[in-house]
Amino acid sequence: MSLKKPAKDQPENFEFSSSSLEEAKTIIAKYPEGKQQSAVMALLYIAQRQNDNWIPLAAMKYIAKFLDMPYIKVYEVATFYSMYNLSPVGKYFIQVCTTTPCMIRGANKLVEACKEKISENESELSKDKTCSWMEVECLGACVNAPMMQINDNYYEDLDKEKTLKILESLFKGETPKPGSYRGRINNEPENNRKTLLDLKNA
Amino acid sequence: MLKDQDRIFKNLYNDLGSDINSSQKRGDWINTKELTNKGRDWIINEIKDSQLRGRGGAGFPTGLKWSFAPKEVGSRPHYLVINADESEPGTCKDRDLLRFEPHKLIEGCLISSFAVQAHVCYIYIRGEYFIEGQKLQAAIDEAYDKNLIGKNAAGTGWDLDIYIHYGAGAYICGEETALLESIEGKKGQPRLKPPFPALIGLYGCPTIINNVETIAVVPTILRKGSKWFSSLGREKNTGTKIFCISGNVNNPCNVEEEMNIPLKELIEIHAGGVIGGWDNLQAVIPGGSSMPLIPKEKCETLTMDFDSLMAEKSGLGTAGVVVINKDQDIIKCMARIARFYKHESCGQCTPCREGTGWMWRMLERMSKGEATRDEVDMLGDVTNQIAGHTICAFGEGSSWPVQGLLRHFKKEIKERNKFDPIVKENKNIPYLVDQHLLDKNA
Repeated sequence: MSLKKPAKDQPENFEFSSSSLEEAKTIIAKYPEGKQQSAVMALLYIAQRQNDNWIPLAAMKYIAKFLDMPYIKVYEVATFYSMYNLSPVGKYFIQVCTTTPCMIRGANKLVEACKEKISENESELSKDKTCSWMEVECLGACVNAPMMQINDNYYEDLDKEKTLKILESLFKGETPKPGSYRGRINNEPENNRKTLLDLKNA
Repeated sequence: MLKDQDRIFKNLYNDLGSDINSSQKRGDWINTKELTNKGRDWIINEIKDSQLRGRGGAGFPTGLKWSFAPKEVGSRPHYLVINADESEPGTCKDRDLLRFEPHKLIEGCLISSFAVQAHVCYIYIRGEYFIEGQKLQAAIDEAYDKNLIGKNAAGTGWDLDIYIHYGAGAYICGEETALLESIEGKKGQPRLKPPFPALIGLYGCPTIINNVETIAVVPTILRKGSKWFSSLGREKNTGTKIFCISGNVNNPCNVEEEMNIPLKELIEIHAGGVIGGWDNLQAVIPGGSSMPLIPKEKCETLTMDFDSLMAEKSGLGTAGVVVINKDQDIIKCMARIARFYKHESCGQCTPCREGTGWMWRMLERMSKGEATRDEVDMLGDVTNQIAGHTICAFGEGSSWPVQGLLRHFKKEIKERNKFDPIVKENKNIPYLVDQHLLDKNA
């Protein structure tokens, strides 16, 4: 079980912006009448997006009222799932996968790179307050190991040098190109493809 | 090697584009109406005859699962739920299907929904696959535009709505009842079974839950016929399967191959061989992290299907093959897997919540050589206290890899950990680590 604690400094109030409100309404419409509680996960995402990638307690209270459900149930969901950030993270939030398939291909080098460039400890903001990083469990791109996720994008087939370069360009305010950094196309076996060759060469 | 014409997922590497027009060129959506016109009994029988087994890990016969749905729709509507919460370490096949073959999945959803009489289908995608989810949403929008889903979907006379529900980073939500809890907006803790979801599932209504790959192969099976599908592989382990080969191989890749393919062929031909040569192989995890590993000696002749791996006390699982060569510390690798399970335990059942932490801490110490001799057997004891004593299969999933390690690499662990036991006399103390055992002066 993972333990998560809400941040110490909490804003007083939270309200959905008009665009968030609209998005929330379309999501609630996906579920049968009276089952609006189903939308709580999606609404927490919306709150997180609106509030610089983290969810304050005020947002949970707001969502509880919005969906007509007890606050504790929203709190339960927000603390159970690992993708809800309960304290501030960087504008660029870097998650390095270190589970076995990535580990045996050298994920610790990526962690080293993050420690050098961003901060000594995970979940700490970098000096310029733009980046933070953490180790996470399997991100489901094992064939492209080692890899990391920056906000929504996957960066695959990395090594230490490539990671350092990616982090440097983040500090410059650029968004590096997602995908494989060894030049291969998606999940094909590079230079060794034995299947569906007619389609590739067509 | 499987012939290209027998491959179901022709766009696995995105050579052709995943949009509706290129999908239609590959044969998706061409005669959906004809298929459903043959009736739901024909569809279910055809799937039964094809001997398709679920691709999500447990390998339950799909046709049989569908036949559990009530024949008549009563006061409660039926639901179809697609499990795209792919989080098993070593597995990344569904990601490619969501990205590159979304229309196979959507068409499969329509046909399966028709077969189990569901008008609403939820696709549960893990939160990290946000980009993949957006690609799928774009494909769903395309299908709505062309009237392939929605009211009178694809001219079949069946109404179907498909919605995406994002998870938020909980591995346990891949368990079917935890997934339903999660869709209902609760924390993902598995339910007791029975009742099974086919009778009481989402919102208390009959619900059929299938993996992405299972549903995506359905239209092709119906088009090409169950005979064609069951002619591939071997009895009860039929058809094709996407294998994800990761770890210490020269060309890690996803590849669709026939069931019952030799493991050596998979590694040597498709993945370009083990780094450092075949002799440098140490062990293989054949089906995602929760399946026990298999040492090199057995890898020579091993074939990859549900039953042959079961005979080796392992399993095909999700077919995520993780190759570990001799440059790696096998105890450390397993300790990391134990840490994964410790992190992902939902905390509902005590044996799993506490036991996963114990296994991790013991393995960490064993990898550093800090454990005592008797702890090796104690670790085996802990795994037995977890497996079979929990609500869901997570208990088995977390203890099997450790049991596999103990089965095949006990010698290595014992060689590294030579400290004398803290309690020297064997007093027949129960397995629990009591406080007096921690007393260093005892």
